[in-house]
Amino acid sequence: MELRIAAVAAGTAIVVALLVWYVVGFLMVSPSAVTPQATQRATPTAELTLQTVAGLGDGFSQPSWVSYLVKGKAGQWKHSTIFTLPAHALVHVTVYQFDGASGLRNPFLSKPQGVVGDTMTIDGKTADVLDPDLASHTFAVAAYHLVVPLEGVADDAPNQCEDAPCTMDKAHKTITFAFRTGKPGKYRWQCFVPCAAGFIYGFGGPMQTIGYMDGFLNVV
Amino acid sequence: MIFVLGPHLPPGHGSAQAAGQVTDNTVLTAIMTPIICLIVVYFVYALIAFRKRDGDEEDGSAIRGHARAQSLWVAGTSAVVIFLAGYGTWALLQTGSGGGQGPTPINVPKGPKLQVQVIAQQWQFTYRYPSYGGMETSQLVLPADRLIELHVTSLDAIHSFWAYGLGVKADAQLGTDNVVYVKTRGVKSFDIHCAELCGLWHGYMFDTGKVVDASAFTAWIGQQKKIFEPVAKYMPPFSTYYVPEPDRRAG
Repeated sequence: MELRIAAVAAGTAIVVALLVWYVVGFLMVSPSAVTPQATQRATPTAELTLQTVAGLGDGFSQPSWVSYLVKGKAGQWKHSTIFTLPAHALVHVTVYQFDGASGLRNPFLSKPQGVVGDTMTIDGKTADVLDPDLASHTFAVAAYHLVVPLEGVADDAPNQCEDAPCTMDKAHKTITFAFRTGKPGKYRWQCFVPCAAGFIYGFGGPMQTIGYMDGFLNVV
Repeated sequence: MIFVLGPHLPPGHGSAQAAGQVTDNTVLTAIMTPIICLIVVYFVYALIAFRKRDGDEEDGSAIRGHARAQSLWVAGTSAVVIFLAGYGTWALLQTGSGGGQGPTPINVPKGPKLQVQVIAQQWQFTYRYPSYGGMETSQLVLPADRLIELHVTSLDAIHSFWAYGLGVKADAQLGTDNVVYVKTRGVKSFDIHCAELCGLWHGYMFDTGKVVDASAFTAWIGQQKKIFEPVAKYMPPFSTYYVPEPDRRAG
């Protein structure tokens, strides 16, 4: 009898330990932070270069998931959504948009907000708003009240990219904008477009996982 | 209890509804304190008086009912519960107490109201001002000393709009208009949180709102209308709720 009780207790302890290990492991996993090019002047500046892809492709744990990638200091593309930026700095952002449009549920978010001049450029042309149906993703930092809608590639555009990282000869849109960071801290950013193909309302999977359509700005 | 602790109870006096909640919390605390004290004191007394002493191997005394004590307890606690139910209903009917009343509110305060729509989405609140052309903003700014009619809704999951400092808390659901009334007081800042687990960034779904004086509010509205004029042509007509189409954009 005592042996049975001990066995049940030991088994329960092992199951609880495994559950805790799984939950903690799930919560703690995140991509490594990437530090883009930065200069140290009176007003520091940084260059953040990103690309969005419709699907990561082979070689990634979720090959069919939509995702952001970031260019590292050496110019190589990395699969991460955690960016280290200097505090009180002017950040110049370039996004190469290789994904198609899904459209915004809230048209209000199609107006660039919280960026220098309240405008962005799309393929070199200045824009102060985007047709919400043409939005493929957004780059949004709630703490800065920053939202930038990213225009998607036309469905019938030739030479579309299928695997990450995408090269510049593939169909894409180039969006640029600039914003200022504030005091040091950890600020979350996200996409507002329900772009998670195959998930209800497009809000599951990559929209709910850091490393795909969500991440952090480590402002230091 | 009422005079010492009462004025410091949450959520403060940032609005008429918040002040009403302070009164409610004071009443509850004042009623419950003697009951809790009675229970705790008797519990400690029982621990000491009926403890097992060294060398005592006999059974404890038999537990027998005491009709008078039991009747007094049942009658007393029933009276408290019935009183609180009545008081709670009365308090709710005064101002709505800052809670969401659904699309057809039972209690509608008299007087002119400023309508403000709260739109929840994963993971940010935005706000529309139908009296000002349906303008939408990402910041909640309210005029001081005004009766505000909040229409709380969602574009996706279930959220909950919680403006603690104003004593306001209302669920935000897709396709539903949840009406809340709040009477602002003086100039202040207040925290806004989502109080319903709504996904990855639920814990980060917070912001700071402001109550400003009338002239500052007018100036702010003018500024926001100018900033967001480019997007006005894409905004849907004001509605008490929205069902974005297509429902399943990427599915």
